[in-house]
Amino acid sequence: MRSKMLRVISIDRGRSTIHSEPVRAYVGRTEQLSEPILRVEGLRVAFDHPLGKVQAVDDVSFALAPGERVGLAGESGSGKSTLALAILRMIKPPGRIEAGEVWFAGIRLADLDENAIRALRLAGIALVPQGSMNSLNPVLRIGRQITDAFADHGLRLGRSEEERRVAALLAEVGLSEGVARMFPHELSGGMKQRACIAIAISLRPTVIIADEPTSALDVVVQRQVMATLARVQQDLGAAVILIGHDMGLMAQFVDRLGVMYAGRLVEVAPIAEMITSPRHPYTQALIAALPSLERRGTLAGIPGLAPLLRNLPPGCTFHPRCPQATDRCRIEKPMVRDIAGAQVACHLA
Amino acid sequence: MVALIEAVDVSKRFTGGLGSEDTLALAGLSLAIHAEKPSIIAVVGESGSGKTTLARLLLGLAEPSGGEIRYRGADLKRLDGGGRRAFRHDVQAVFQDPYGVYNPFYRVDHVLATPLRRFRLAASRARARELIDEALRAVGLQPEEILGRFPHQLSGGQRQRVMVARALLLRPKLIVADEPVSMVDASLRATILGSLRQLTDEHGISILYITHDLATAYQISDSILVLYRAHLAEAGAVEQVVTAPRHPYTQLLISAIPRADTAGGWLAPDEESTRERLPLSRAGCCFADRCPVAMPACLAAPPGLYRTEPRRAVACVQYQDHPALPRGDPGEVLSA
Repeated sequence: MRSKMLRVISIDRGRSTIHSEPVRAYVGRTEQLSEPILRVEGLRVAFDHPLGKVQAVDDVSFALAPGERVGLAGESGSGKSTLALAILRMIKPPGRIEAGEVWFAGIRLADLDENAIRALRLAGIALVPQGSMNSLNPVLRIGRQITDAFADHGLRLGRSEEERRVAALLAEVGLSEGVARMFPHELSGGMKQRACIAIAISLRPTVIIADEPTSALDVVVQRQVMATLARVQQDLGAAVILIGHDMGLMAQFVDRLGVMYAGRLVEVAPIAEMITSPRHPYTQALIAALPSLERRGTLAGIPGLAPLLRNLPPGCTFHPRCPQATDRCRIEKPMVRDIAGAQVACHLA
Repeated sequence: MVALIEAVDVSKRFTGGLGSEDTLALAGLSLAIHAEKPSIIAVVGESGSGKTTLARLLLGLAEPSGGEIRYRGADLKRLDGGGRRAFRHDVQAVFQDPYGVYNPFYRVDHVLATPLRRFRLAASRARARELIDEALRAVGLQPEEILGRFPHQLSGGQRQRVMVARALLLRPKLIVADEPVSMVDASLRATILGSLRQLTDEHGISILYITHDLATAYQISDSILVLYRAHLAEAGAVEQVVTAPRHPYTQLLISAIPRADTAGGWLAPDEESTRERLPLSRAGCCFADRCPVAMPACLAAPPGLYRTEPRRAVACVQYQDHPALPRGDPGEVLSA
């Protein structure tokens, strides 16, 4: 057991990466076999609440291929961020993972002890949490916040080596070397978000989970930050899970999109297909809710409100808001079915 | 015809502390809103472009460093008690954060009843309730679902619509809405913006819609002002400005909007980061350092404002052959 926790530093193309031993062994293997780098099976997350159990993530399964970009879209409260935290085993009480498994590079994450999963976070799967640009420590210089990650993962480097690496990381995200000596308040929103990406890639992860990385930025800066993310992801060969609700951004960035509603993954399909012929009525509504730049007067909302997760409607959870709902939808919960390369949970699809 | 609210060459400068420079938040801008022709005017721009400063100046929440804000022809600073009261009645605000504007200890009824009491708009409790019900229905809310509840019991979209109802309650002539939908979900956004449009069409209320989202501005407004680093870049009829932008900044803004299509190319490394740039000069155009068509002349002097079409004005030297307007004053370009 003790040996499992041993951390190994390997020198790889001049950059050292760090993984706990089992992680590293499997990373090499899956890259050759191009098996999914991340696999989520039947994941369920619940929060215990005095008024009843809240099912935040309900039976979610999907796989992520190495280097693939997958999006997770849905309204606030649909379980997107909770799913991201559950993948990293970061759900805190009263929340708990009820069932399901997460496999990363052939390892079942539930089998790892606390030290091993700590080593895997950032080094294997890096999370850029929601609002992360505002969670940079205001009294530490950016460089120090990057080297913190090295130290925490047992990487002891000399001062000059540390500085060299920080400069290289900042260059990778399009920031100048001088940023290392700056404080967060001296940076613009876009620069802070890039600094967060630099931290996320500091240990060369194979999966990057970005939770609404550009929600507070204006469109021009958003495009620059997304271009940066796309570039570093390609350089690393890492897969990306992009969480957000802007279908436009999804259309331009991801290869495949999963749409979540009330904790369930209701549709997963290649992005082009999702945009041109969405199958689930909720996906159709999400796309229609995006204000058009071509035709005026086309602004459409999704009628009704997202359901309370502790008191979900019977049958299909979307039926009270669905314009096409039938009697069957009110009674029978739709299972996920494979339809021409897409997975859809809808009786009508 | 005296304008309801008029900004006359207003500027706002925030003084820096010891040793730091002043920040110009808004350079001389003129804008007139007439009560006779209700319309929605959108003000768009990135963070720091001066759009919120403009809203605060028009609401009387900040004093201009230069120029003046006039309410029915009188300088806002010099209004007497009665004038100030009338101004507070005629001009209402809806702010960005639907969570921050409520006092969590009071029921939502409080924010609706207070203005009625202050302005003595209802003769009796029953009449007050009638007015409140009417305002809530006008924004698509059911009074019985809303009244008697505490702010935390409402969703973000409901809270924001209650704020719109509160503004409507006073039958104002103008509502200044500063990013009213940036904190609500895409699905609710349409509903709230729909309520705003209705206020203009059915209740004759003008709206100054301040946003960084060009797409929603295009959907609900009649005219648009594009601000960049405190300066007016382009103004005019929304249809023209959004579908065929002329100012290089407006063009950049519109090309940066990710669209839900399969055309791709959005992420292609943009020229902006790789191109050789002209330095930013204090004397010249504030967009010169990012502009793809900047020329040496752009650094020498700020661009004039040119009326390229009857309903469009652009602050860019490329259009200097068109009739010039006073700098920062689009004037009648904005009125339909």
